[in-house]
Amino acid sequence: MDNVLLARMLFGSSLIFHIIFATLGVGLTLMILIAEILRVIRKDNDYGILARRWTKAVAILLGVAIPSGTIVAVMLALLWPGFIEVVGQVIALPFTLEIFAFFIEALFLSIYVYAASRLSSTMRIISVFFVALGATASAVLITNVQAWMNTPTGFNVVNGEITDVRPWEAVLNPAFGYTAVHVASSAYMATAFVVASVAAYQLLKPNLKASERTYHRKGLMIALVFGAITSIWTATNGHSSAVGLHDNVPVKLAAAEGLFETQSNAPLAIFGTPDPEANRVVGGIEVPGMLSYLATGSTDGVVVGLNEFPRDEWPPLFVHTLFNIMVGIGTLLIGLSFGALAYRIVFKKREYPNWLLIPLIGGGPLAMLGIETGWIFACIGRQPWTIYGIQRTAEAATKSANLGTFFVIFITLYVFLLVITALVMRIYFRRNPLINEFNSQTTSV
Amino acid sequence: MEAYVAIIIIWLFLLFYALGGAIDFGAGFWSMFYFGRKETTAASIANLYLTPSWKVTNVFLVLFVVALVGFFPHAAFTLGSFMIVPVSFVLILLIIRSAFMVYSYSVQKYTKLFTYISGITGLLIPALMLSILPIMIGGFVEVVGDRHYILYDRLLTSPTLYAHIGFGLSAELFLSSLFLSDYAREAKSMETYKVYRRNAIILGPIMIGMAVAATMTLIPEAMWMVENMARQWHLFALSIVVFSVGYSALWWPSRKGRIGQPRVSVLFMVVQIGLASFAYGWSHMPYIVYPKLTIYDAFTNIEMYYSLLWGYAIGMAILVPLFYWFWQLFLKDKRYLTNEKVDDVR
Repeated sequence: MDNVLLARMLFGSSLIFHIIFATLGVGLTLMILIAEILRVIRKDNDYGILARRWTKAVAILLGVAIPSGTIVAVMLALLWPGFIEVVGQVIALPFTLEIFAFFIEALFLSIYVYAASRLSSTMRIISVFFVALGATASAVLITNVQAWMNTPTGFNVVNGEITDVRPWEAVLNPAFGYTAVHVASSAYMATAFVVASVAAYQLLKPNLKASERTYHRKGLMIALVFGAITSIWTATNGHSSAVGLHDNVPVKLAAAEGLFETQSNAPLAIFGTPDPEANRVVGGIEVPGMLSYLATGSTDGVVVGLNEFPRDEWPPLFVHTLFNIMVGIGTLLIGLSFGALAYRIVFKKREYPNWLLIPLIGGGPLAMLGIETGWIFACIGRQPWTIYGIQRTAEAATKSANLGTFFVIFITLYVFLLVITALVMRIYFRRNPLINEFNSQTTSV
Repeated sequence: MEAYVAIIIIWLFLLFYALGGAIDFGAGFWSMFYFGRKETTAASIANLYLTPSWKVTNVFLVLFVVALVGFFPHAAFTLGSFMIVPVSFVLILLIIRSAFMVYSYSVQKYTKLFTYISGITGLLIPALMLSILPIMIGGFVEVVGDRHYILYDRLLTSPTLYAHIGFGLSAELFLSSLFLSDYAREAKSMETYKVYRRNAIILGPIMIGMAVAATMTLIPEAMWMVENMARQWHLFALSIVVFSVGYSALWWPSRKGRIGQPRVSVLFMVVQIGLASFAYGWSHMPYIVYPKLTIYDAFTNIEMYYSLLWGYAIGMAILVPLFYWFWQLFLKDKRYLTNEKVDDVR
């Protein structure tokens, strides 16, 4: 197989694996902060137990999140030396600052977890605040580089040489704002639905004690409110991202929407297959004028189509499907969280019925799928470029052999670790059931 | 000039990680070695140190990699072309080690198995990292066009590879023993102090012997490096003197009737490793990879250089007080150190 494809497969699978852990790390730390604050405000130790059990989950996840992040960082340098060569000259700052975000996260997490009994309530909240800040900041900073890859600024290219570098202008590239917000909010959102899944699963168990039931309902409530807010937020900034694509990377938007001809009153194609022969999406649902309206704010707005670009600069057309899955899941989850909350508020019932809990269990896996398809869309939709308009992926790749062997080894390792992590989670929380926490709560405060 | 400032910063980051990593992976090994032994707390002292600190130590590895490609981006093509194999093995060991170390605390049923997996994989990481050094100085790389190949048949049959691996293992075990002896003293565990002090006494001379062997076996492979090192003889000699003083501190009397001053010994060894690694790095100059890639070829532009300097300066200024607090909480605070067992979570 060709080396570039192997490098992409190896790096892509590492990212797909790492993103699961990274996303949960970013989201859970913020949810722990919320639980800690609620515990102080409501003087309710259930929130303390929620924070403690989520913290344990974070501690288990970090066993894989940290080394897989290290793998991604090192592989980025080894598999994409051509890219790193440009990064080091133009956009090395966010990587540098990210290190300090990591340090803050790692130091404060240990302080929060292992020094908790020696800290006051306020110091504990401050510690976990910095954990959440460090986690989100590292996600934002790494996204900064990915934004820059789509809208590279802050340098000139003269005869193939990079000159006149303006590092801060590169950091503040046009895509940074909307991309970073979208990544952070969608990570919060996905985590909220994963937590809701777990709580809903627990609530389905028939012989729970009243105290356990109350506890899980509180967990579900935090997750649903947080999920509802962040899913609306993600939809709004997702819309800004699409407008940003229209302004900055029109070919990516055209591929995402399967739009071939530049036109005003451009239709929004939902699902279906983009067909370059027919110059349109076949088999999907078309909403007339909607794409123009979404991208430009008016149905008269002109949206650029794929045909404006040379064929060898088109992304693979299946990104249309990835994009649709991401948007579809997002929309579905808005409905799910608001629906569940509405049920609670309108019918004033404390208990959720099973017909509502069962779809909530599906929310977590769906949300993670949304995150994955979103990231894969963001990276494959940029192809054939590593740095849009500047460097092609083929020019960035290593010339080393042996990649195929390592691809097999790493994939095996990732599958193995996913299974082991799930088992460890299960065994740990089985051996340390909730009921023990209620009994030991007097000593733990 | 700027390239030299940058490479000194890289050396400093590498030194932090070499020390931190040696202690970290060594402590993981000792936690396995003394696992289940009722008569000593040596394993739990090792875990007491590891549990809060391994994440922080790991960030130093990322710091080193990011700083290297940030200051020297043009090195990426050369490094990427032949480092994939050794570095991928390091990464594979690293993820297995970290995952199983964390999981061993979480699943009591398999604690023993998981401690063994993480202990052994961790032990091998510094050894494997050290084996990269002889590759960098050019004895084992063939250049064809713009591709670099490692000559595995020559590398694997060369004594210097094994001397380097031996040096990596002995340095890791020596430094972690020495550090844990001081940590045990801080935790007021005399009996554990004695265990680690004895380990350090045995391993110190082995480490120095391995260092000499690693250098001597380079002669047929990379004579230029050995000649450069000979020119730095005064730094290496000084490092041996510092080692001897630090080693003798393990017998110095203390006021509390205990034999040895492990804190003095640790500080001297940090200086010793600093001096020796600086002298080694200086002999390596100006090459990153001999003979094709120098620090001048690989250096970034001046604008990026200055903004990175500012970035690191500001970041470090924020972090130093934080590290100090961390140190107070986990390496000094008696309430933490005298806890028999690390709490699961809180």
